[in-house]
Amino acid sequence: MADAGADAAVKHPRRQRRLGLEPSRPTRYGLRFVALLYVGLLVLLPLGTVLWRTFENGVGPVWEAINQPDVWHAFRLTALVAILSVIINTIFGVGMALLLVRTRFPGRQALDFLLDLPLSVSPIVVGLALILVYGKNGWFGGALGDAGIQVIFATPGMVLATVFVSLPLVLREVMPVLREVGIEQEQAAQSLGASALQRFRRITLPTIKWAVAYGLVLSLARSLGEFGAVKVVSGNLLNRTQTATLVVEQKYQDFEQPAAYAIAFVLVFVAIIAIVIISIIRPKEDR
Amino acid sequence: MTEPGHSILSADDAPAALGQPGSSAGRGDDRRDTRPLGAGTGLGLGIGVLWLSLVVLLPLAAIVVASTDDGWSGFYDTVTGDAVAAALKLSIGMSLFVAFVNAIMGTLVAWVLVRDPFPGRRVLEVIIDVPFALPTIVAGLVLITLYGPMTPIGLELVGTRKAIFVALLFVTLPFVVRTVQPVLMELDREVEEAAASLGASRFTIFRRIVLPNLAPAIASGAGLCFARAVGEYGSVVLIAGNIPFQTEIASVRILTQIENDQTAAAAATATVLLAVGLLVIIALDLGRRLVGRRG
Repeated sequence: MADAGADAAVKHPRRQRRLGLEPSRPTRYGLRFVALLYVGLLVLLPLGTVLWRTFENGVGPVWEAINQPDVWHAFRLTALVAILSVIINTIFGVGMALLLVRTRFPGRQALDFLLDLPLSVSPIVVGLALILVYGKNGWFGGALGDAGIQVIFATPGMVLATVFVSLPLVLREVMPVLREVGIEQEQAAQSLGASALQRFRRITLPTIKWAVAYGLVLSLARSLGEFGAVKVVSGNLLNRTQTATLVVEQKYQDFEQPAAYAIAFVLVFVAIIAIVIISIIRPKEDR
Repeated sequence: MTEPGHSILSADDAPAALGQPGSSAGRGDDRRDTRPLGAGTGLGLGIGVLWLSLVVLLPLAAIVVASTDDGWSGFYDTVTGDAVAAALKLSIGMSLFVAFVNAIMGTLVAWVLVRDPFPGRRVLEVIIDVPFALPTIVAGLVLITLYGPMTPIGLELVGTRKAIFVALLFVTLPFVVRTVQPVLMELDREVEEAAASLGASRFTIFRRIVLPNLAPAIASGAGLCFARAVGEYGSVVLIAGNIPFQTEIASVRILTQIENDQTAAAAATATVLLAVGLLVIIALDLGRRLVGRRG
């Protein structure tokens, strides 16, 4: 009895199986087998191989490979860029979600549509786009350069690239929640004399907090791992504009495989923590 | 295994199915829940749109403008040039194929996750999300470890189109699963029970009731798959070998053009990719509006 463990779920399917709703047992096991095989071969097997390669020679060499000044520099830079991007996208996402759901203005649907654009743009194209505007010969690059601000091949450009690729993630989590709760509570609060700030802090924020948290973790994972766009705008300068993902590629191509695996392991580890946090948050959001 | 195989075929005539689930109720109270812009919200909107323009809209416009730096003929010559055309064709063709395969497999995985409560399902849930959260270059490293020169399973794919196929399957795995799963969960099972009580076979129920309801979600998941795959870079670059005319995908071609200071050519190639991506999200947006879900 494979499904004997699931308590409440058991009665329901059994009743339906009698009605002929559930596929026969062989079909069900077959589908389950195919699903597990597909995911196992596609995701689990490669991931396992990487872990095995990383720790082939124990933990010592892994730590040694990570404990290098250039690697630490890359981690610090990655964290800085990711945190700045997440802060920017959270403020933008919550503000924009409120505007799109609670107000009406001409062009609202068009704006709503444009906000999805970043997710379907190739990272390399993102990098190129930013260079064309903020690069030395770009639209604003000259003026910014005269003012002593370097965007491309420097941290601001990397933040812009990261903001671009994760732009709608918080927004798209918050919008459906706002739409669903409606405005009755806020209207009630308003009629009782609550100010806009009080209404936001006491009513809106508590309702969207899990959606914000979910979007925030998604953005953080995306930001920490951005590679293509950052590669184009950063110039990939050692100890200056190299993020963790760029170091992984460089170490691999320089035949320093152990170092590449060690840094990749850290990134895998962070990614998995992010997913676990997400899977804990998600049910709460549904409630 | 023939049942899910049929699913993608029916997903193609999604518009027929789109009209079915529910009316567009729920959008009617739009006017009640919203108010016109005031001074404060107007200012907020202005800042938001300005920021969006600075980060996204102007840079993308710059690409389109720069694509004709060498004139329209320059644009045409670049895009139809041998290497660029080959790279674009490879990216688009491969992405279509990958979207197709993951539409089937993603629906199957979603079905198992929702309708087949087996122990360890939670673990499967977490594994599904791994490709989303994994940095693309790490995904590339992961795949080259398995299919690279030091392959532990004796299957070396480096420098072949199969390598690109596997990499794109990997990074787009979650899309269809995550779009189909919630719809399948909310599907009213009483309709299926009614059909069963009237003597419909399991296959008929799946084909006539489950599938039409899932079709919009499958189509939108496949669309997201395609949009992601067509511009993918990090997971493919290590393992593809990047041989022009054979395994060079569009984004790798663009990066080469950028590094060779062929800005106009890079912008022209990028414009085609942008246009393809834009078409897909326009189609998805229209589909979503027809169904009246989420907005």
